[in-house]
Order: sequence, then C-alpha cells, then structure tokens
Amino acid sequence: MLARRIIPCLDCDLGVPGGRVVKGIEFKQIRYAGVPWELADQYYQNGADEIVFLDITASSDRRETMTSVIKKTSLSVFVPLAVGGGISSLEQAREVFNAGADKVTLNTSALKRPDLISDIAGRYGNQAVVLAIDAKRRYSQEEGRNMVQTEEGACWFECSYYGGREFTGIDAIAWAKKAVSLGAGEILLTSMDRDGTKLGFDIPLTAAVARMVRVPVIASGGCANPEHMLEVFQKTDASAALAASIFHFQECSISDVKTYLKENGVNVRL
Amino acid sequence: MRIIIVDYGMGNLFSIYNALEYVGGNPKIARDPEELAGAKGIVVPGVGAFGSCMNQLSRFSSSLLSCFQEGVPMLGICVGMQVLFQESEESPGAPGLGWIEGKVVRLPDGVMIPQMGWNSLSIKRHVNIFDGISEGDMFYFVHSYYGQPKDKSVIAATTNHGVELAAAVVKDNLFATQFHPEKSGPKGLRILKNFVRSTIC
Repeated sequence: MLARRIIPCLDCDLGVPGGRVVKGIEFKQIRYAGVPWELADQYYQNGADEIVFLDITASSDRRETMTSVIKKTSLSVFVPLAVGGGISSLEQAREVFNAGADKVTLNTSALKRPDLISDIAGRYGNQAVVLAIDAKRRYSQEEGRNMVQTEEGACWFECSYYGGREFTGIDAIAWAKKAVSLGAGEILLTSMDRDGTKLGFDIPLTAAVARMVRVPVIASGGCANPEHMLEVFQKTDASAALAASIFHFQECSISDVKTYLKENGVNVRL
Repeated sequence: MRIIIVDYGMGNLFSIYNALEYVGGNPKIARDPEELAGAKGIVVPGVGAFGSCMNQLSRFSSSLLSCFQEGVPMLGICVGMQVLFQESEESPGAPGLGWIEGKVVRLPDGVMIPQMGWNSLSIKRHVNIFDGISEGDMFYFVHSYYGQPKDKSVIAATTNHGVELAAAVVKDNLFATQFHPEKSGPKGLRILKNFVRSTIC
C-alpha cells in the first residue's frame, strides 16, 4: 500500500543572487527562511518524501536561477523534486526537467492554456505534471457549481491565478477533473482561505477533490502542527500533505511529524 | 573502475548519475554501444513507453547481451527492468530484450494508475544487493505496467498495488528494480552502493 507523503514546500524568491526561500502569509506578507538547496537537503535528511520548489519571483529573468537551484539540490537530495511557478511552455518545462526536476507544477499557465497539460504529459508522462489549484470558498448559490457542505454552509470553490492576485470564475472541482482528463498526474490543492492561517487544512475541499479524481491529491494550506496532518489523512483520501512554515521555522521536524502519524496509524515512510 | 549508464535518449539521467557518484560509483554516460566495452558495471535506466524505449535501446542490445553473458554486473531501473521481458501490453508487437521469460502487463483497474509514491518491499530472495535493506522498507515507484516473470524464482522482492507484483528481479549478474533507487532516499542509495560494490569484486 502506498504511503502517505509529507512534502515540504520551498517558496523561492529568485530575484536575489542564488535565490532564497521565503514564506508568505495569506499570499501577502513575506518572511525570509533560508537558502533553497540547503533547506532542501536538510528536509531530505529529515525524511521528506518529496520536495516542491515554487518560484514566486515576479520578474522574468530568473529561469537560470531556478535551474541552478535544482542542479545544486539534485547533487545531494535523492527524492522526487517538483518545480513550479511561471512555467508556461513545453520548452520551459524541458529546462527544469533537464536540470533534474521530476515533475513540474502548473497553475496560471494551465488555466490560460489547458493544452499545456497534455503537451507536457505527452512528452514526459502524466506523472511529471502536477496541476496546482489555489481555491477560494464562495458561498453564493450559482447554477452549475460543485457545491460542498462545510460547517460554515454550502460553498463552491473558485480557482485563482497569478499567485492569488486574480480570480478566474472557474470551479476548482470541475477544473481538477478536466485537468486530469488532459493528463495531469497529480493535484496540488491549496486552500486560499486557510493558507497562512495555521487553522489546519480545508477538510471539505480536500475530501471533495480527492473523491472526484483518480490521481493523488496533495493537501496544502493552513497546516500548523502534526495534528493537522493527522486530521487531513484521517478525514480525506489525500495522498500527501504539504507544508512550509512549520518546517522552515523549526516549529517541528519532518521526522517528528512522521513518527506521530505512524503512532496514530497512518502509513508513512520512516 | 567505471560504471556505464546507458543513454539511449529516453529522458534525463541526472538523478541516476548524481546518485551513483554520491555513493562512489564513478559513473560515465554512454551514448554508443562501443562504449560498453570494458565496463565494470552497467546501468540501464528507462522512462517513457516500452515500445519507444526498445526502439532506442535496440542498437545496444547485442553489446548488452555480451556484457550480460560475460558476467558484468547489470542494474535495470523501471522501464529498464521491463525491457528485460519478452513483450509488454503497453506496446503490442514490440519485442523486449527477452532475457527474462514473461510479459509486462498493466496494473489492475481500481487502483491509482500510475502507481506513484512510496511502497514497501517484501523480500523474497536475500541477495547481496539487499544488504542493509529490511522487510517493509519503502521505495519510490512510478509506473503503470509491471513485469510478470514465468519463472517466479527470479523475483527478488515484491510490492503490493492492487496486486502483488515483482518490485525487483535477479538473474545471475543481472538485478533490476521497478522502483527508482535514485529517488528512494537513503535506502535507495544503499542499493546503489551495494551494486557499486558488486562491480569491484
């Protein structure tokens, strides 16, 4: 049986020489966390099942910085590496694969041009394409939306793009299903309502998407402690849980989280 | 002492190269069959579809076979394990290397395809390359098809994903894994280290 995965996410600001890892709070404020490949190596040593790099730089002259981050990381980190942020063509995907990435994560570019998913999946395989969704609750009743029951009432989820700055009007559950049919091999699902709040994952959102698609779903947004990880694994079919700040700022270590999960009956790799 | 990684044009070989170097393997990437001569060990990686892999690999097949027969330690990884079989449901009509009798078949309906993630091994044969590996240790898998050897005694380890399947096979100087040791953390590196050691003896 496949283990549930714990994935640290490194949000990288590549606008400075060599790049640095930062952590945003509710998609806005930024805190500095460390050097990308050093943090990646530390998490690898500590039992990370996979590592995600997200380029959150707004500028466009950063591609070389990202490939150098991946190259440096893959010298000493021997778990899958996923890279996202600003990848909008097959050629750009090729650059990060050639640098040593195993997967690319697509968000804005896939929403604008869904065929990019099939283009990359066709060349590198479905397992190499992760669709990232930034989803926000909408409590308005609208025709044709996938409504989900929550403690706060029924809502649907709207996809956002451009790093949470703009909304698309697209239903996140419908988009997840469509992306999988186009060849996305995994969904990285971030709750915008929970991201940075430390309130735990959005359980109804994660449960709904994981029920609707036949590919692994990575829960993201809101994790502040091991109990939140346990909750998302007990209450949903999420294959993996992603977190950033709880690992960056030494609030807890990956191995402690995994030991705790194992003790509570979750199948993890120790 | 050199370990040759066969580069037949199917995807990047960075990960396996870096991992072999990390464990002291002194790897070299070979794009021509002639470069296999004198290899102390050979790694056959593989990504993509069985048919396109075999298409690209076929020009290496006679050199690989003579190395295999000479007893050079060999390691197949993922599709590099599948091509050892005679054929695959993924690419009907495309002949495999056929060093292992049997067929590559698709994972059963009802499970996530591809199998992607960490799964545990059940060890069937305590071969040297499993030194330091324990029952239940987890490795990283990414695949939609798996090999079914006719002779079950070649199965070195199994894993379970809807069906109990061969996760590693062994035949004389040949060892092959369906999982990716180069992506499987310290346990994967241990297997690569054991492989490197077998090339020294």
